[in-house]
Amino acid sequence: MSPTVPDSGTDGPEAEPPHPEHSRKFPVRGVAIVAFLAVLGWWLFIADTAANNDLFEGFEVLVNGAGNLPSLIFNPDAYSSWWTWMSDAEGWSAIFSRVVEHVQLVAMSMLFAISISVVFGVLVHRVRAFRGPVLGVASIMLTIPSLALFAVFISVPGIGIGDRGPIIALTMYSILPILRNTVIGLEDVDRAVIESAKGMGLDARRRLLRIELPLAWPIILTGIRIATLLNIGIAAIAPLVGGSGLGRYINDGLQRFPDLTSVERMWTGVVFTIVLALVADLFFTLLRRLTTSKGLRS
Amino acid sequence: MSVTDNSSYSPQATAAFNDDVAAPMIQLQGVGKVYPGSDIPAVADLDLSIPEGEILVLVGPSGCGKSTTLRLINRMIEPTSGRIIFNGEDVTTVNADQLRRQIGYVIQQIGLFPHQTIAQNISTVPKLLGWDKAKTAARVDELLEITGLDPNQYRDRYPKELSGGQAQRVGVARALGGDPDVLLMDEPFGAIDPITRDRLQNEFLRLQGELKKTIVFVTHDIDEAIKMGDRIAILGEQSVIRQFDTPERILAYPVDDFVSDFIGSGSTLKGLNFERVHDLKLSDDWPVVNVDTDRGDVQRLYDASPEKWMLVLDREQRPIRWVNDRHLADMTTPLAEAGAKVTALVDPNATLHDALEEMLLSNAGQAVVVDGKGRCLGILDIERLAEVLKRLRSQARKHYEDLAVHEAQLNAANGPDGSGESNS
Repeated sequence: MSPTVPDSGTDGPEAEPPHPEHSRKFPVRGVAIVAFLAVLGWWLFIADTAANNDLFEGFEVLVNGAGNLPSLIFNPDAYSSWWTWMSDAEGWSAIFSRVVEHVQLVAMSMLFAISISVVFGVLVHRVRAFRGPVLGVASIMLTIPSLALFAVFISVPGIGIGDRGPIIALTMYSILPILRNTVIGLEDVDRAVIESAKGMGLDARRRLLRIELPLAWPIILTGIRIATLLNIGIAAIAPLVGGSGLGRYINDGLQRFPDLTSVERMWTGVVFTIVLALVADLFFTLLRRLTTSKGLRS
Repeated sequence: MSVTDNSSYSPQATAAFNDDVAAPMIQLQGVGKVYPGSDIPAVADLDLSIPEGEILVLVGPSGCGKSTTLRLINRMIEPTSGRIIFNGEDVTTVNADQLRRQIGYVIQQIGLFPHQTIAQNISTVPKLLGWDKAKTAARVDELLEITGLDPNQYRDRYPKELSGGQAQRVGVARALGGDPDVLLMDEPFGAIDPITRDRLQNEFLRLQGELKKTIVFVTHDIDEAIKMGDRIAILGEQSVIRQFDTPERILAYPVDDFVSDFIGSGSTLKGLNFERVHDLKLSDDWPVVNVDTDRGDVQRLYDASPEKWMLVLDREQRPIRWVNDRHLADMTTPLAEAGAKVTALVDPNATLHDALEEMLLSNAGQAVVVDGKGRCLGILDIERLAEVLKRLRSQARKHYEDLAVHEAQLNAANGPDGSGESNS
């Protein structure tokens, strides 16, 4: 024990700091908030457009529209007409294909985001100097307004109108939660565990794959879940730039508002987005149970 | 007690001189470690031979570099100078991961893999070495067995379900997984409560009696060092070896004030732990009589003896009473009931430390040595103990005097600088 190395004789077992990311309660509330914000955003956007890009006039349209909302929600006829619209006018298979489109958007972007985040997470963990810049860039990406980020890609050659822009935007939004949790998860691995793994002759690759990532996995998975739920909500904006998914219904409805079937369309989009988020949450709960060692469960 | 004028003492030469030292399993030759940005080396030019099949304890005050030294051996810390010889092979630059698979490593914090079962933890190294499943599973059960854990009960448990003592048993089992010849242990029992620690130490010594591994054991606790070590290296600043010898000799003859201070007071008493009753000549000055002896003969025997107490044995030669002149004067009390009951009985296998404790507690100030059936073998008194201590000290002194002569001869043969063994 030299002066430059901490005296191992005084180290007790390390206390495990609690992680708010472990919370199981997030999704239901989170999904509701995301859906609410998405609809509000759309409403604002449409109102603004309807008022020829005059924001104050747009608020007026919005407030007038909001006044009609209670009568829409508490009207049983609205529900029956919504059901009729879904089953007869639109058809379940069409709705299902929209759901599939939505899932594809989210799945593609998540796949990219997970690969990028885990790679950068490991890199940041290994090279401390990268920590500030990488997490900083990821944070900035999350602060870019979604509407702006989606729109920006239209002008980029090779992306333009369609699903590509939304996939890139969604990937950018998902990086921070996953990356941050990967870094936290890896940093959280007990030093003594790494020390003993190294002492037994596990090389750097085996230590990462067999020890560090499996131990960080529950926290990484929490990051993936948060990012996915966030993504499902934000993906509803995709149709604005020509993308697909359940956002089409919201888009169509808001553009027709207050014409016939506009509310039915919006509801279809919002409700199925929320259902999708709940299903995703259930999926991650199961995945976590299946992929987390019994030795790590509390 | 220490001898400070012994300036010619060189710890490394001790290892070479001790004729009972086994061939070295590991040798550090001029090994040093300087951390970047630091001018002072954490470990400076260390020569150390670790004898095969023994426990070598590295002990020293906090910050002396003993942990660093241990971690230099399996290259958890890469040395900045010198060579490491393992089993006759220079391993200073070989693949460190490959090297570590042949060296068991136990740390104070244990570091079991929490996401793996006990069996998976123990099979870490066997898997790396490419053992087949049957062999690995058999090895896991064997190791759980010898470390005192029932395989059927513990195999599939997770580390969080173990107590501190059990976890360190698994830690030791895991370190032994690949059946390494060498085991490095960094304060392995340091974080365990004293009672469990004592038990683990005893079990580990018993285990080592069977396994005969080469073990390097780091501790800051001199008592643990004395208990665990076949040989002890007392380290000073920058891991400089201040004394390298058996615990007995270090206790009998600390070479300088540093060692003397580090051992602390009571080193003489601690030294008594290494001598056993059957190794010493028992006193024959004491008068001993049988309970049936004629009182006149008893009195004559007592008067002829310089001692103030007389031991009375029963018909089976078992000691029963201590009597003095006052008791003998009272002719009405039979010998079997006269005087004081014999309380201090010691086994020939007892250490002198235990015997001393018995003596201090007894009425007469001496202990009776008895065999397995309780029959008197002789009497141990304080004069005997003093003789033993004197003999131990003079033996150790003679050893170091011989060593000085030996070293002078070596120096004469190797040249005047006296660093004939240095390889750096």
